[in-house]
Amino acid sequence: MLMKGNEAIGEAAIRAGCQAYFAYPITPQNELGEYMARRMPEEGRVFLQAESEVAAINMVYGAAGAGVRVMTSSSSPGISLKQEGISYLAGAELPAVIVNMVRGGPGLGSIQPAQSDYFQATKGGGHGDYRLIVFGPSTIQELVDLTGLAFELADKYRNPVMILGDGALGQMMEPVEFPDKDEVKLPPKPWATTGMKGRPQNVINSLHLDPEDLDRHNRHLQEKYREIAAREVRYEIEHEDADYFLVAYGTTARVARNAMNKAREEGHRVGLIRPITLWPFPDVAFEKVIGRAKAFLTVEMSAGQMVEDVRLAVNGRVPVRFYGRMGGVIPSQREIYEALLKMIQGGEKA
Amino acid sequence: MKQIFGRPKALQDRPTHYCPGCTHGIIHRLIAEVIDELGIQEKTIGIAPVGCSVLAYDYFNVDMQQAAHGRAPAVATGIKRVLPDRVVFAYQGDGDLASIGTAEIIHAAARGEKITVIFVNNTLYGMTGGQMAPTTLLAQKTTTSPLGRREGQHGFPLKITEMLALAGGSAYIARVSVHNPAHIARAKKAILEAFKTQIAGLGFSLVEVLSTCPTNWGLSPLEALKWLEENMIPNYPLRVLKAVEGGEK
Repeated sequence: MLMKGNEAIGEAAIRAGCQAYFAYPITPQNELGEYMARRMPEEGRVFLQAESEVAAINMVYGAAGAGVRVMTSSSSPGISLKQEGISYLAGAELPAVIVNMVRGGPGLGSIQPAQSDYFQATKGGGHGDYRLIVFGPSTIQELVDLTGLAFELADKYRNPVMILGDGALGQMMEPVEFPDKDEVKLPPKPWATTGMKGRPQNVINSLHLDPEDLDRHNRHLQEKYREIAAREVRYEIEHEDADYFLVAYGTTARVARNAMNKAREEGHRVGLIRPITLWPFPDVAFEKVIGRAKAFLTVEMSAGQMVEDVRLAVNGRVPVRFYGRMGGVIPSQREIYEALLKMIQGGEKA
Repeated sequence: MKQIFGRPKALQDRPTHYCPGCTHGIIHRLIAEVIDELGIQEKTIGIAPVGCSVLAYDYFNVDMQQAAHGRAPAVATGIKRVLPDRVVFAYQGDGDLASIGTAEIIHAAARGEKITVIFVNNTLYGMTGGQMAPTTLLAQKTTTSPLGRREGQHGFPLKITEMLALAGGSAYIARVSVHNPAHIARAKKAILEAFKTQIAGLGFSLVEVLSTCPTNWGLSPLEALKWLEENMIPNYPLRVLKAVEGGEK
């Protein structure tokens, strides 16, 4: 089936058993809300357009606390507004899926694709010590697959999961295959507030007034994040035996792959590391190639955000370079190729 | 011996943190009595706000969610939409509902969300130490209007309940007080009516309850009840503002 990225997420969510979707319009993700407005009632499920992104994420909180699979989506400025609610979801350990089809910033920015919300997504965009599981899909099929996985992991770890796409991914069309709806297994949620029939009271809450109690709660969260980091890292390495590596995710990884292929045609031993989980970040991918790799070139549609995690992973052992475009500009294959060549010709001193 | 008075099942057996003379305890009890009388304890989900009643989940013996400041109507909407056969109520103060949560409450009413909101108005932010709220009366002194609220500088008290009665989706809207036993009885009747309105599926229901804050008003509990009667009621008249057909009057 040929499908637009934004609509494909909607269908994937429905197949994953998403029972409620709370919308607020913002470009470039509107097709998702419009798709859900039509499809969710067909399935006898909840679609509601909220009065704001703030309200939408709090409706997600209510529905997640009531025990159903629930999703919302937005783009950068709207995701900023959702941060309060995301922090509460993380604090109260509620499973939910949040889609960010990133556009250029800061401020109202532009409506063109960008990756400048990486810090916000992966470092905890709201207040407090918390983490989201963050996916950086690169194709429409991957959007579909990761949407299903997002619901699964959200439930498994009782943690919000973010799909960090970009405007290009939301708008482009590609052939996709969907999983069968009947394959979804919903886990029991004995903690949900469904009415206390036959059991003691359930409370959904992120308030811990006693400092020792909040310290304990935070230790528990950190333990959970360590478990996620140990078990849920996902990435792809192309040409593991290469001398030089491009590092890119999402739409940028597609262009970087083309630049890699051109460089290989010219006889350069170039590979690609493509993080699929942006948090937990795939440090392990770098360990696999570090003995041989001479340098890394991180390419992003930002001023350089993921590159900080690449530098932490590489930890000074070889040079880490950066090439980025901002404001909604997608770096061209030629730009990336030239930056790559500059790094290769500069050798280890580059 | 026949027991003729006791703690409602929908309240937990636990001392509250509320100040002496505060009327939150009375309002909690009225809601719990209504839940008991309607036999809905096992299908009710409550929302605790940010403010003095943030710990309401420790007092009500029903499933509860704690919401971010002002967002209780959105959280209640999320629950009610996915569990339409449950009874969902939000408990909010005047800073929570009439200031930071204006968008959420107005649109919950406009959509006719089948939820019940108990809106406790004590004219200021109690939990944070008595700051001015949209409901603070003109000339009333608070920690952020130390010379008294002046219209030219601070604007006018917001009668948000009157505004909510105008919303197409609201089905039962009333303002009551709990400053004496007769009014407490009337308040309970209004709360019962609001829950029945939700159960009948008629639309959005809200009861504003005029409440005291002796601590931040700087008055004794008795003086506070008198201040409520003499100052709040003339500004916030007690009445049923809206009751759509189909519900019991």
